[in-house]
Amino acid sequence: MPNRLPDDPRLRRLVGAQLSRRNILMGAGGLSLAGLLAACGTGGTGTTSNGPAGEPAVAEDLSAAEKEVNWANWTLYLDYDDQAQNYPSLEAFTAATGIAANYSEDIDGNDTYFGKVQAQLAAGQDIGQDVITLTDWMTARLIRLGYTQELNHANIPNAANLLPTLKKVDFDPGRKNSLTWQSGFAGIAWNKEAVPGGLKTVADLWKPELKGRVEVLDEMRDTMGLMLLERGVDISGDWGSDEFSNALDDLTKQISDGQIRQVKGNSYKEDLISGDALAVMCWSGDITQLNFENGDKWEFALPDAGGTLWSDNLMVPVGAPHKANAEALMDFYYDPKNAATVAAYVNYICPVQGAREAMEKIDPELVENPLIFPSDECLAKSHVFRSLSADEETDFTNRFQKAIGN
Amino acid sequence: MSLLTAPRSAKAKPEETRSASEIRADKRRGRVGYLLILPGFIFMLLFFVLPVFSLLATSLYTKPPGADIGQFVPALQFSNYAAVLGSYWPELVRSFAFALIATVAALAIGYPMAYLVAVRLRGRKLLQGILLVLIIAPFFTSFILRTQAWKQILADEGPVVAVLRAMALLPEDGRLTATAFAVVCGLTYNFLPFMTLPIYANLERLDTRLIEAGGDLYANSFTTFRTVTLPLSMPGVIAGTLLTFIPASGDYINAALLGNNQNTTMIGQVIDSRFFRVVDYPGASALSFVLMLAILFLVILYVRRFGTKELL
Repeated sequence: MPNRLPDDPRLRRLVGAQLSRRNILMGAGGLSLAGLLAACGTGGTGTTSNGPAGEPAVAEDLSAAEKEVNWANWTLYLDYDDQAQNYPSLEAFTAATGIAANYSEDIDGNDTYFGKVQAQLAAGQDIGQDVITLTDWMTARLIRLGYTQELNHANIPNAANLLPTLKKVDFDPGRKNSLTWQSGFAGIAWNKEAVPGGLKTVADLWKPELKGRVEVLDEMRDTMGLMLLERGVDISGDWGSDEFSNALDDLTKQISDGQIRQVKGNSYKEDLISGDALAVMCWSGDITQLNFENGDKWEFALPDAGGTLWSDNLMVPVGAPHKANAEALMDFYYDPKNAATVAAYVNYICPVQGAREAMEKIDPELVENPLIFPSDECLAKSHVFRSLSADEETDFTNRFQKAIGN
Repeated sequence: MSLLTAPRSAKAKPEETRSASEIRADKRRGRVGYLLILPGFIFMLLFFVLPVFSLLATSLYTKPPGADIGQFVPALQFSNYAAVLGSYWPELVRSFAFALIATVAALAIGYPMAYLVAVRLRGRKLLQGILLVLIIAPFFTSFILRTQAWKQILADEGPVVAVLRAMALLPEDGRLTATAFAVVCGLTYNFLPFMTLPIYANLERLDTRLIEAGGDLYANSFTTFRTVTLPLSMPGVIAGTLLTFIPASGDYINAALLGNNQNTTMIGQVIDSRFFRVVDYPGASALSFVLMLAILFLVILYVRRFGTKELL
């Protein structure tokens, strides 16, 4: 007998919805228990029952009525005035546009931030931020999942200043949904006193005299990127599971031999200071900062086989109600003058053309800093880790986590 | 508890001697008892039972074919449990082993401390107060900061390692941080106040005349301790060991900061990595649920064997 649905359209919708959910559960059996569990599970955890096809709906833009923009960023990632306790460039933005900017250092890791906001993004809710700043691979994931809004480039004329190398990225063709905030290198660094000869390759990290004093990053793409490059793999190009497995075997061997002391995030800096770590895989900006604070003790280099180049990107999350204001903010920071102000403070690679010339006026010494304005030679030695498909990402992350003991 | 048992004990009175008003008062007392536990009951329902249900539900979710990262659908995928247990039983066992060693160590350090303050220094209020503050003082600074400080103190280039090497207690290339030893020490140190305080609270009420009586009956001090003091302080010991063992088994800060990547990974780190890194919500939930059940099981065994009836 065919299903008889009620005549009232509202009732019909309700019953229909119930039936379709029931169909999903039928296969699993245990109807009532599963129904109860399902009702509980979706509400209380970061999971979504949207399924692959369901993309969240984009929020209405209230920018014209509400002159504000909320921006989530990482720590120490925007020029800060200790005395005035404000961000001078943000003040200038508000003065120029009349849009109040609420800046928060909410992001302390791509994974943890994703874990925190994913359920809301999947439901198309406002996460309280109009601009978020995340690394390439997480940017790729958010765009793929439909968690970002398409930018109107007519509102961001300065976006034309984006460095040509960053205009074409495989995760966001035409940069429709994201713009680079800052970039940086992952390479190797060593304690100049303990390792007088310096290090040239990743293989140099495995010297017997460094046993138990080497640390590598817990960001899979940086550590595995360096391991893959050492094996001669072009990480931007065409490689797959076999190459990954080989490079992962190399890493596993160094961990189980005790050559690698720990696999760490940002906290490798403390181990460099305490002397527990003498050589590390690390991020370029950190070493500049460490040398500045603790005397010129460490040296950073891209390995001969090459280092990785990563970028953090500005995006407008799907539920954000102030897209036009967010675009005004992006346009402001793509003005070379403002970009140079930020670069002079954060010491990362500036993605804006013309900022180098603008820097002459702010701090002529920084114009020659290769970590802010890298030479072509430097850029030629750095490589972008290619985008992974969802299945690859899950598989590789899983195996990498297993290899580092998790 | 006493509120609930009150009406029952009153029933001991022969029924015919009780007036109607007495019975009514009894009933009212019973209702008041239930009303009084209502806030606690609602709290537990909202913040314990519902989250546990949600956890259980998520642990049975499945990833439909073609789903992207973080996309799961409700199901009854019991194989999630088999998968995570198959992969991570060593970390689970290790967590309990570390927690057990840390609990025993904390008991060995914490009991004498509590005994000194509560029994030996009884009457010397000022000294007692100072020592109690010293026991609690670590709580004034963050747990992570203190562990971080230990990392610096025990560093390879630090004074402790230098002295130990000079005394040949540690081989030339030996180290203290990034070892299993450091993780267990960190657990012991961080949970020590949770062991000491309940034992202190218990021993503080100990009637010292009983110890004197032990002496009067020709028991030496060890026998008196074994047969009088220790049995009387068991509720404190049980509470202290539970308060240490349970959080220590799920802890991951100590293992993350003081451990390495070969042989110190605890289950908390795995759950964190499954949840945030791999975005395997069902796997992370299944592991959390297993951890909870395993702890519950171990605690029941323990309390059955050693415990007072009040806890079960």
